[in-house]
Amino acid sequence: MDIKKNIDQTNYQNYVKKNMPKSSLLKECAAAFVVGGLICVLGEAINGFASATLQLDEEGVNAFRSALLIFLGALFTGIGIYDVLGRYAGAGSIVPITGFANSIVSPALEYKWEGYILGVGAKLFTIAGPVLVYGISSSVLVGIIYYFTGGR
Amino acid sequence: MGQRIGPKTVRFTSPPNILSFASVAGKAEKDGAYGLCFDTTFDDGLWGEKTYELAERKMLKTAIESAIEKASLKADDISYLFGGDLLNQIISSGFAARELGIPFIGLYGACSTMAESLILGAMAVDGGFAQYAVCATSSHFATAERQFRNPLELGTPKTPTSQNTATASGATVLTSVRGQYPAITHATTGRVVDMGIKDVNDMGAAMAPAATETIICHFEETQRKDDYYDAVITGDLGTFGSELFIKLAKDSGHDFSSVHKDCGAMIYEGNPHVNCGGSGCGCGASMLNGYFLKEMLGGRLSKILFVATGALHSPTSALQGETVPSIAHAVSIEMGCGQ
Repeated sequence: MDIKKNIDQTNYQNYVKKNMPKSSLLKECAAAFVVGGLICVLGEAINGFASATLQLDEEGVNAFRSALLIFLGALFTGIGIYDVLGRYAGAGSIVPITGFANSIVSPALEYKWEGYILGVGAKLFTIAGPVLVYGISSSVLVGIIYYFTGGR
Repeated sequence: MGQRIGPKTVRFTSPPNILSFASVAGKAEKDGAYGLCFDTTFDDGLWGEKTYELAERKMLKTAIESAIEKASLKADDISYLFGGDLLNQIISSGFAARELGIPFIGLYGACSTMAESLILGAMAVDGGFAQYAVCATSSHFATAERQFRNPLELGTPKTPTSQNTATASGATVLTSVRGQYPAITHATTGRVVDMGIKDVNDMGAAMAPAATETIICHFEETQRKDDYYDAVITGDLGTFGSELFIKLAKDSGHDFSSVHKDCGAMIYEGNPHVNCGGSGCGCGASMLNGYFLKEMLGGRLSKILFVATGALHSPTSALQGETVPSIAHAVSIEMGCGQ
């Protein structure tokens, strides 16, 4: 018996694509919207606290909010909660800055056994690296365009 | 001495007996529907070790040692250890073998390794090269995740077709000694089959055609009927892969729907977090050595076909856009044939 003679490869691939279990787009979008929204609400609350209670100026508020959210993302990654949240929230917890913290801290935890240099040091940016490479590259590109067009 | 009865199938003329067997499993497996079947279980992924790799090695070593102990043998009595796992350079097996001191043949067949080791073990025993041989494999969720996927704490969702690598291990002691044991009567060695599936998170779909080919070849070459076995057990096709296998077999004129069982679909039964079920060398190994062989000794099953399935890709091949080649090996285990 030769399965490749019995079953047409393209038909099989189409059958698999058609019948594979799929995620519910609506449900996942709703979860991402709610969780992502709540993280942003938390950011707004931190903004309010920083400007009203700590009396920081706009630059100070921005820095304080980002630092605190990154800290919280790292903390919840460290105590093993952020991955559980991400399982349900998807992009809702990946896209905010807390997700960026998660993408740095999770490899740091994972590769600590391979040592601080070739483990943590070398693997720290395995997930976040592409974001940095293409984020920074595109900002340079936009900067050059801006320089020549003068922002008009 | 064995006898070749078809292009892929051999018959063992003095079927090697399964003298003893043992299984080890982690927490999620213990909490599954078959959790009570495993001989040794542990609650923390590290199992008192410093790294997950050390924990996996301990699992494999424990499974092998308990199987040998249950047979009232010592490591020195064993002529060969056939073993493998999923990690690069099969370090769990190599390092466990270093501590056991048994002549070691390291194998890699991805998740098909348990059947692969049983075939080679049975050939060594039936060929007169060993009185006792041990066949063993292991896999660990955390070690497999870091090698094949992402860091454990990374917050990304799993795709609905994904499977959970089982933290489990199983070991089987084969012998030429005669007696009333489950015996390995036939073995069908599979070819590598690739139907062009590229999604590494859909291994059931990649492996189902390989399982279908090997199983149908086994039935054709042994001239057995579809309902000959009490159970046709696949290693880790998972729920979706099992559906595909049943359909592919039906399309080829065979109906296994009433006898088919899949270790991947069974091991986490009732757990909503694992999508299509379990996978990994240890999935089939622990279910065979923890559940099915016990069912045979208990008289509830008398003839089974154990078919471990493996996806032979690597993270490198996947990143380079290659498809997922797959393999399946079948081992026929029957009571009362090794007298």
